[in-house]
Amino acid sequence: MNKVLILFAHPRFEKSRANRALLAGVGALPSVRLHDLYEEYPDFLIDVEREKSLLTEHDVIVWHFPFYMYGAPALFKQWLDSVLEYGWAHGSKGSALKDKIVFVTLTAGGTRQAYAAGGHNRYPLREFLVPFEQTAVLCKMTYLPPFVVHGTHLLDDSQLAGQAEIYLRLLSILVRGVVDIESMTRYAYLNDWLSTD
Amino acid sequence: MSPDFLRDALIYLAAAVLFVPVAKRLGMGSVLGYLIGGILIGPFGLGFIGEEGKDIMQFAEFGVVMMLFLAGLELEPATFWRMRRLILGAGFAQVGATTLACFALFMLIGFSWQASLACGLALSMSSTAIIMQTFREKGLTKTQSARSSLAVSLFQDVSVIPILALLPLLVVTAVSPPAGGATRFIDTLPGWAQTLTLLAAANAVVLGGRFVFVPFLRFIARVHLRELFTISALLIVIGTAYLMTLVGLSPALGTFLAGVVLATSQFRHELESDIEPFKGVLLGLFFLAVGASINFSQIFSNPGLILGLLCGVIVIKGVVALLTGKIAGLSFDQSMIFAVVLAQVGEFAFVLFPFIHQLRILSAEWTDILMGVTAISMAFTPLMLLINERLILPRFGTKESVSKKASDNIEGEHSVIIAGFGHFGSTVGRFLRANGVAATILDNDSDRVELLRKTGFNVFYGDATRIDILKSAGAQDAKILIAAIDSPEINRDLVDKVKQAFPHLTVMVRAKSRLDAYELIDEGLEHIYRESLDTSVRLGVDVLVGLGFRRHSATRAGQAFIKYDEEALGRLAGHRHDQEEYLFQTRRHIEIQEALLALDRETIPRLQDHAWDGRSEE
Repeated sequence: MNKVLILFAHPRFEKSRANRALLAGVGALPSVRLHDLYEEYPDFLIDVEREKSLLTEHDVIVWHFPFYMYGAPALFKQWLDSVLEYGWAHGSKGSALKDKIVFVTLTAGGTRQAYAAGGHNRYPLREFLVPFEQTAVLCKMTYLPPFVVHGTHLLDDSQLAGQAEIYLRLLSILVRGVVDIESMTRYAYLNDWLSTD
Repeated sequence: MSPDFLRDALIYLAAAVLFVPVAKRLGMGSVLGYLIGGILIGPFGLGFIGEEGKDIMQFAEFGVVMMLFLAGLELEPATFWRMRRLILGAGFAQVGATTLACFALFMLIGFSWQASLACGLALSMSSTAIIMQTFREKGLTKTQSARSSLAVSLFQDVSVIPILALLPLLVVTAVSPPAGGATRFIDTLPGWAQTLTLLAAANAVVLGGRFVFVPFLRFIARVHLRELFTISALLIVIGTAYLMTLVGLSPALGTFLAGVVLATSQFRHELESDIEPFKGVLLGLFFLAVGASINFSQIFSNPGLILGLLCGVIVIKGVVALLTGKIAGLSFDQSMIFAVVLAQVGEFAFVLFPFIHQLRILSAEWTDILMGVTAISMAFTPLMLLINERLILPRFGTKESVSKKASDNIEGEHSVIIAGFGHFGSTVGRFLRANGVAATILDNDSDRVELLRKTGFNVFYGDATRIDILKSAGAQDAKILIAAIDSPEINRDLVDKVKQAFPHLTVMVRAKSRLDAYELIDEGLEHIYRESLDTSVRLGVDVLVGLGFRRHSATRAGQAFIKYDEEALGRLAGHRHDQEEYLFQTRRHIEIQEALLALDRETIPRLQDHAWDGRSEE
């Protein structure tokens, strides 16, 4: 059994259909804790000690945010900057997060086709996530491919509900803890791994 | 004071005290309790009171006058305007169609057309008291059926006035003036002139209300004597009623109009809660007297007729309401509730039938029979509601799913009450209004209230520590109460009372000082806001900036300090009880400061952003 911590950062959660749908069923999952950063720290005053102990208590960390200007919303960047301290998360003595599983959950307006060499956004999505990936590696964590919901404004309610179902399935698999990391990392997205499962 | 008077008073009061709680417990409403009490003490029950019930009636009818004043007062023009289509549409349809159907029924029975019409009008009334109580008890006040029922009952309340005015036009035979005997000015006029006089008098009340009552009340309010305000309220009601009877018009009409005029004034809630107890007592007496004067020998002599009429009336009213509901676009479930709730004959019928009888349109026997039908139909409402709920809706109704909107509906109408609209409360109020939240505001400085109303705030004049005022400001339906009164003692008093009377309310309270905050913590309050905290820290932040700190770092230090100070507040609140009681207040302030400073030295947070200090940069 793994304990899963979703670090969720969305400055306008109430307006986000996609994220409301994705997170609607999360509360019912045992061993999954939703930690809503913009709700906890409206003044950006992150309680670093509290965040550190939360991280310590959990085995799987999810960085869940909407994709804003090819990155995470400001508070999440601040979270990375202030919580993942040198000497605690990284550095020669920093190994508090060692071997914890981490992955990014993203909602993006653009379609998957738009994130490609010839596409509108010119690079595959994974390349934009390189800073997150390297941060995870720096902290000696196991980085999984991202779970991505593309083209959110094109999805109707039932399609969104479908995505949410897949997300919940992924979380339950991670809670159960019988994961073949090798097979997961062979795919670009966790979505792809789930669909072949 | 004659012993007879005391004996009668004893009987009436005892009857009320005995039967109203029983009726309420059985879900029948207080009106019915009074009626049953009246019947039992009357000549056809235990016979404690005889014919003198009729004399009491004249006195008690003043309760009806007050009821109409309050009905007028509750008739907020804004609500009326917003619901105008529903009120005029559904209300007119219900009253009109019911009157027509009953008219046809009574014509068939063999009444004259005048009597049929009068009875139809009286029977078209439903009981506002029962409607309101039903929806409140079932927690359905926000539903479509509640809105529609309220609209219809508003229309009925208003239409009582023209009905009272028009009934004299139906008089066929020359009538000697009803009860009282003295010839009244209006009786000497032909029908059309009576109607004209009526209009003139109505206008006089409207103008008088605006230009005499409101300035008068403002003057009285400045004296700051609560009983004087009550006396003035009674003076207005009785004065209007008296003037109306002098001209020979219905006092109910006059006071209703006075109520409507005053509904827009800032004194609405205050007047409401001042008149309410008088109305309650007199109206109770009125229904007792009605109960005592129903002639049961009439009823028992032909039960078949009564039963037939009862079923006929309920079916007519129910079907008409069902159709009205359908036309108003209600779903089946909602229409059924709407129909059941409107199917009984209301308390206004007890006013209208005796009036019709006085006008000699209806015989005494029929008046008794129809009053009996009215009373029994009211008793049937809870039973019909039960049948609808248990048998009809589960089978034919579509159970509506619970509202699925998750994060919406933040504003909610008047879910916030602000008590005290000084510097503190007004800032909160402005902030809320800027974000589309219309709070109900209570303040007891009538001059300030006046000014604020001009700027469009929904402000009422009244002492917020009075439960009745809070009630009329909607504390039962509100979510949050902000206690922002300037005086800490009064504020604490308010918080105490609110916690007792309205435990569901979230109370957010202004605290003047740290000491004040401790008291509030002791009372178990969670949401305490010290007015000096944020401002002082902001000043401190600017001092740091003035000394050359980066603004961002200084601001974050300020935020951290506030957070720390709030925590320290909670911790020290418990501690201070260890100290001996005899310390003076000022001494205690110093003690607190000392403890704080000591604590600061150990635990004051400096900036926690170690990661930003460069050690980790690669």
